Amino acid sequence: MGTPLATEKPDSLDALYAMAQRLANGESIRDEIVGDIYRATHSICHEAVKYEDKKRLEQTYRLDRIVTSPIWGFPIMLAILGVVFWLTIAGANVPSSMLASFFGVIEDYLTAGFQAVHAPDWLYGVLVLGLYRGTSWVVSVMLPPMAIFFPIFALLENFGYLPRVAFNMDRLFKSSGGHGKQALTMSMGFGCNAAAILSTRIIESPRERMIAILTNNFVPCNGRWPTLILLASLFMAAGVASQYTTLVTALVLMGMVLIGIVVTLAVSWILSKTALRGVPTHYTLELPPFRKPQILKTVLLASKDKSLSVLNRAIIVAAPAGVITWILGNITVGDASILAHMASFFDPFAHALGLDGYIIMAFLLGLPANEIVLPILLMGYLSSGAMVDLESTANIKNIFLAHGWTWLTALNMMLFSLLHYPCGTTLFTIYKETKSVKWTVLSAAIPLCIAIAVTYATTQIAYAFGWV
Amino acid sequence: MMEKTIALAGNPNTGKSTLFNALTGLSQHTGNWAGKTVTMAAGHFEYQGQAYRIIDLPGTYSLYSNSTDEEVARNYIILEQPDVTVVVLDATSLERNLNLALQVMEMTNRVVLCINLIDEAMRLGVRIDVAKLQERLGVPVATISARKKIGIDGLLEKVGQVASGQLIPEPAPIVYSREIEEKIKMLEPHVVRLLGNRFPPRWVALRLLDGDTDLISTLKSPAGAPAAEAGEVMQLGNASCH
Repeated sequence: MGTPLATEKPDSLDALYAMAQRLANGESIRDEIVGDIYRATHSICHEAVKYEDKKRLEQTYRLDRIVTSPIWGFPIMLAILGVVFWLTIAGANVPSSMLASFFGVIEDYLTAGFQAVHAPDWLYGVLVLGLYRGTSWVVSVMLPPMAIFFPIFALLENFGYLPRVAFNMDRLFKSSGGHGKQALTMSMGFGCNAAAILSTRIIESPRERMIAILTNNFVPCNGRWPTLILLASLFMAAGVASQYTTLVTALVLMGMVLIGIVVTLAVSWILSKTALRGVPTHYTLELPPFRKPQILKTVLLASKDKSLSVLNRAIIVAAPAGVITWILGNITVGDASILAHMASFFDPFAHALGLDGYIIMAFLLGLPANEIVLPILLMGYLSSGAMVDLESTANIKNIFLAHGWTWLTALNMMLFSLLHYPCGTTLFTIYKETKSVKWTVLSAAIPLCIAIAVTYATTQIAYAFGWV
Repeated sequence: MMEKTIALAGNPNTGKSTLFNALTGLSQHTGNWAGKTVTMAAGHFEYQGQAYRIIDLPGTYSLYSNSTDEEVARNYIILEQPDVTVVVLDATSLERNLNLALQVMEMTNRVVLCINLIDEAMRLGVRIDVAKLQERLGVPVATISARKKIGIDGLLEKVGQVASGQLIPEPAPIVYSREIEEKIKMLEPHVVRLLGNRFPPRWVALRLLDGDTDLISTLKSPAGAPAAEAGEVMQLGNASCH
């Protein structure tokens, strides 16, 4: 075959490519290429690298036999998750109420100051009751749990635990028709869904990558942890003896995470049997050696990059939202405020889901970032007449109770927050990565439908059994 | 003086981002798991009066563009042609890591190998003969610990020599089977005739034999337009998300 090709003169890249393919004879030479490279590196290392003690190298992986074992892998994973939640909830209580009373004292001074200069009521309302209360509430409720949760999570990440989680989850994902690496991108979603969508780039097959993108939303991100943690600690351990409240709260949060994972697997399975049919591809997952994290540096970095930036975003949006919701709640049209009108518009639909109109509005207005949903909701409630002093988290519960909340309302809001559409940043990232309006819309529509279905079912079941 | 460009390539989880942070003083997020960096981050630093722009490429096991991150890394090296490509290797699993280094050395000769985690390797009793490696590979080799900031000066010394052209590495080519080598020889002159010497002809010939259609479309897009890639680079760390 050499002769005709030797005289050939391809005049374009395509022609050259065709020539190369004829030379390759339609066979794949990738295996040969890779084989030759491996032989080269093996021979080089044989000469240049000496191992004093092979056993010492293997020692690093002894821990892996336990944390990725078929028997102990999952219990250890759940235990670690439980301990992280427990530390967060137990540790955040005291600083939260300290911050709240600190801000309360400042508010008293502000009030006195406004009275001293005879400031008009509306100005006092907008600035102190709207802006100040809104932002100070966000800080006192969101900062302490984040300051504990994110650094612990970062320490686990730098220690090398995440790939082990992926390794344990791998079998589950394989049987759901997704890619094993989806476990890794899912773990990343616990931090930030938008970053996790970017990380799906490590999945080679477009089909499996799309499944990973469409289901990433079902694990709670930075923006949703505060909502889940707060509602769980306020409502979920109400009837339990006080020494167990932290434990029960942690268990409820673990339950939320498990629900999220089950939904992830179920949706992956359905997608891989319908719109995104196919067989899972093979891959190798590397388990890097465990490394002792640089504790101080990791904690500082996590506090700066995560805790403070989440808080920052919440405040940037919460401050103007506080003003706007106060104005909407204090301008009356007919017999009620504009805000009340808007909320009552959503009420019938919301009640079917065990929520109320204010909650639905908070989720709609919270599209840009999940961390502002709760602040918006609270300011909505505050401006609708229920003036409650915010000096402790117990009083925050009173605001909810004054608006007819029960444990079922809290549970439904947690479920809705866990399952509903991803935030605006994530949706934008999905659009940039998939370049498809259709898949972007689906990535919001699928979770929304599931969120509505799950909260509706929960509510109707609770009513039917007379639990509420 | 012109700013020189350095690209950091390497397998996932070898400490590229840690080295990037050590050099630039930035705080690109680091984590002990494969595939943490999937986009490129850019930063700047100066060493001995020379300004450098440094790009943290996504960590990959190969550069055959199986997935988006491999394509991002490969296109950067081929199209942007950085002044120096530093391949970061994990000293504790050198053999596997060298596979990628050899692939990079097929794409450019301006390579410096940076063996990271050397402290870890010492602790585990792994002895690496650097002189032997340099002799076999034909490119400069530096050993460092990015975490403990050991050996950074030695690395930058070598990077500087390659960047300024004071040292021109001559990577030892991988010798393939006789059959493949013959086919490469037949294609090479045509590659040079069509593309000039802008891209390494031996490497392009090998990719064509391997049936790499992605490469054809990349090379065809307006003279392998580098502009499209520039948009991928995140300036100054990871500002994209909360």
